[in-house]
Amino acid sequence: MSATIVTITSGKGGVGKTTATANIGVALASAGERVVCIDADIGLRNLDVVMGLENRIVYDFVDVVEGRCKLRQAMIRDKRLDTLFLIPAAQTRDKTAVSPQDMIRLTDELRQEYDWVLIDSPAGIERGFRNAIAPADLVLIITNPEVSAVRDADRIIGLIEAEEKGPGKLILNRVKPEMIRRGDMLGTDDVLDVLAVELIGIVPEDESVIVATNQGVPVALEGNNKAGQAFVNIARRLKGEEVPFADLGGRDGFFGRITRMMRAGGES
Amino acid sequence: MNFFQKVGIGRSRSAKSAKERLQLVLIHDRAGISPGKLDALKDDLIKVISRHIEIETDAVEITLTKDRDQHRLVADIPLVPNRKRRHTSS
Repeated sequence: MSATIVTITSGKGGVGKTTATANIGVALASAGERVVCIDADIGLRNLDVVMGLENRIVYDFVDVVEGRCKLRQAMIRDKRLDTLFLIPAAQTRDKTAVSPQDMIRLTDELRQEYDWVLIDSPAGIERGFRNAIAPADLVLIITNPEVSAVRDADRIIGLIEAEEKGPGKLILNRVKPEMIRRGDMLGTDDVLDVLAVELIGIVPEDESVIVATNQGVPVALEGNNKAGQAFVNIARRLKGEEVPFADLGGRDGFFGRITRMMRAGGES
Repeated sequence: MNFFQKVGIGRSRSAKSAKERLQLVLIHDRAGISPGKLDALKDDLIKVISRHIEIETDAVEITLTKDRDQHRLVADIPLVPNRKRRHTSS
């Protein structure tokens, strides 16, 4: 068995990369998969607080890169799921402390013993983003149904293809079905028309996410909320299961359209 | 939201303009040429072509389009009609 390395990225900040990384990690580990989440946002670490593991950090990713500790020593085991691990980012350094080669070397060390390595990319298209996608087998692009976020996602999709890391798959996050229904928010079909990319998840806007982040308990752990369920579905699709997409405010024919897209997309 | 908006009359439809604006801006983003650069290119094009043939400079249209994987620069350059040309040169 060899791990699949998945990078979650977006271009624009604040669209939900860290939340998605934590929740997909939780969902995969809940299904018994062995998962390592790496916070690649050196200098602005946050995956630790979203996962509720901030008090247990001793070493970070830069300590590993610079040889101050073994990779294993920087891995924090989750409190609730014993197959879920976090490697936190350094908080007092910047992106230049790590190179794309470091990322490839260290994630390769994890391949044999784990099923999934999830990398939480920083916003932007500079060094941090390049580091985050360097070792990726699959890139998930996350966006919101807003003009600025979709535009940045398009740019990222182009860069991923240029780096021969494509085709990526899209997570549409913070969808408000009521706004789509009244014609005031881009629907899933609109975003897919514009971006021409395969969909892997639609996550509704859900206040539970904020409550969960307040407490450091990812929504996917609870399972009784809409956003958590959406992340569980993304994890299942990553594992190759065929899970129908929820129809969040789409117009007639949307569902059939998605089904057709899935068939055309094949199994990758 | 009033009754008319609920049944779809007079609703704002901002999603539609979001999509249209995105499609337009992405054509420029993907081709790596801003609308301003395109205007500059148009001006140069008009100058060069005008040296050889008389054209309707105000009606020249340069647009970027995309079909499948190919970006295309489309120039629509109407010539000054024969009749008009003779008239102006006399």
